[in-house]
Amino acid sequence: MLGGLTNGNQQPAITVNHLTMAYGSFVLMRDLNFMINHGDIFIIMGGSGSGKSTLLRNLIGLNEPAGGEIFYGDQNFTKAGLAKRQEVLTGVGVLFQSGALWSSMTLMENVGLPLEEYTDLNPDQIREIASLKLALVGLKGFEDYYPSEISGGMQKRAGLARAMALDPEIFFFDEPSAGLDPISSRLLDDLILDLRDSLGATVVVVTHELASIFTIGNNSIFLDAETRTMIAGGDPKDLLAHSKNPTVHRFLTRGEGERL
Amino acid sequence: MDIKAALNQFSFDHRDDSTLVVRLSGAWRLGGEPSSAFLADCERQLSAQIRVVAFKASELISWDSSVIVFVVQLSGLCYRHGIHMDRGGLPPGVRRLLALAEAVPEKKGARKEAAKATFLEHVGHTAIGAGDSLGEMLKFLGEMAVTFFRLVRLRVRFRAVDLFLLVQQCGAQALPIVTLISFLVGVILAFVGAVQLKQFGAQIYVADLVGIAIVHEMGAMMTGIIMAGRTGAAFAAQIGTMKVTQEIDAFTTMGFSPLEFLVLPRVIALIFMMPLLCLYSDFVGVLGGATVAVEMLDLSWTTYVRETIHAISLTDLFGGVFKSSVYGVLIALSGCLRGIQCGNSSSAVGDAATSAVVTGIVAIVGACGVFAVVFYVLGI
Repeated sequence: MLGGLTNGNQQPAITVNHLTMAYGSFVLMRDLNFMINHGDIFIIMGGSGSGKSTLLRNLIGLNEPAGGEIFYGDQNFTKAGLAKRQEVLTGVGVLFQSGALWSSMTLMENVGLPLEEYTDLNPDQIREIASLKLALVGLKGFEDYYPSEISGGMQKRAGLARAMALDPEIFFFDEPSAGLDPISSRLLDDLILDLRDSLGATVVVVTHELASIFTIGNNSIFLDAETRTMIAGGDPKDLLAHSKNPTVHRFLTRGEGERL
Repeated sequence: MDIKAALNQFSFDHRDDSTLVVRLSGAWRLGGEPSSAFLADCERQLSAQIRVVAFKASELISWDSSVIVFVVQLSGLCYRHGIHMDRGGLPPGVRRLLALAEAVPEKKGARKEAAKATFLEHVGHTAIGAGDSLGEMLKFLGEMAVTFFRLVRLRVRFRAVDLFLLVQQCGAQALPIVTLISFLVGVILAFVGAVQLKQFGAQIYVADLVGIAIVHEMGAMMTGIIMAGRTGAAFAAQIGTMKVTQEIDAFTTMGFSPLEFLVLPRVIALIFMMPLLCLYSDFVGVLGGATVAVEMLDLSWTTYVRETIHAISLTDLFGGVFKSSVYGVLIALSGCLRGIQCGNSSSAVGDAATSAVVTGIVAIVGACGVFAVVFYVLGI
């Protein structure tokens, strides 16, 4: 059985039914079915070019699915209008691959802008909250820096602070450890676990970093570029132990013990 | 020893009738003689009896990819002739790299089709492409119209700081280039007029010619073209880069419309700055004309100014200023449109900037033509 392996009584946070993704006439992935439960750290894994990031873009509405549906709770996201989608997305925080901080604004303004927009807080309160979020990711004191003045790893953390601004229930991380040194990437993993444990957030992570996959993930799907669909799902540790699928097994063991 | 002479040396040996031995010697470098020349030599050596090609590399001093390329090509040649290739004589490093190069078979369908499109196909693709881009443009304009409607109802959101920064960028910071170009255009017009009018002793009418041309047409037009090159390109590059770095995606997922947040302040900035720049350009252009008249035609400053004031009406002035405002909208929209359409690479940002300037200038000249007809019909 693929996907939806942890059955709680609760409704899943995200349900994906028969999702097909395509660029023009080129079908990237077809027939994706899975559920993401509340409190999951859900890993989207697969080789390079298998459409992991595209799946994430579909989930947050940046790309339109070529077929199938995405539900947030019982809300049909794919069929929803602009206003409804926006309402759903205010409960979602996204960390893009390179941070995607707005380069014309300071870190403070980056984190503060969503607060300004969606809350009635006064500027002092916004400053305070933004400072707190930056402190949470270890960037206390960098409030007035511009994104170009800090390192790539710091940009990524600042991007996370911005994603956390509105205390979303669901986080999306696109390749969080890409371009980070092992220690920073480990710290980011800890942060993700903290988000889940302290805020009860649901986290969806696109990654192919094995260390992260096993440390943080408790549910996953595996996208296969060859067959153009998902070929496995469930707890990555179980997959490592029990998956009969040679592609999945090779991926999770880095193909060690065999001649590539 | 002559270094050049020792590059990419090889010769042939025949161990027996059926074996051709290729002896590689000297230093093999990519910069040396290309292997395609050697290949022809090898082909000549392949007679009907030869069943095996082998190598001898004991005199090979050093090697790089040139050896690999040579061997791969030779291997293809042998395959075509049904000859076996014995790689035992090659250095172990070369053998390993060859094995690596041949380990993964060519992926079927990965090679791009080099098929040449027929003329009709080409026309069809171009037409479909043009239709698509027209559709995109209309969608953009439609969305901008909605955004403007929200602006009128004061329901838009963008940062005032951004607007002020943009006003500074496309206002004050454009003054030097506008000064230079406008002054020179004034000077050129005065020269052209002076040469002709002097023949009739009608030098004084240089003031009319320069005044009317600048205020009615050239001031707005030159400012428009300068701003299309300067600011339109900058808009496209800024927004295009934001697209590449996913900043636009971040706006979208957080519920900020990029059109409201990025495009609208740019359009507003140019709507307000273009008329000011145009007025300034009018003034500097007339000044340029006056300089020529005073220096060359012995007119006095006062005569020139009086004649200019006499020649141009307020309607001319406002007409020009109004046009410049419209040009401003066109420049901002074409710059932002190309930025929003930008692809996901650094070269796409360059294309977007180029395309923004071209679109902007075409739009300005087109609008200029429309204005000429409309103003004529209205009798302005």
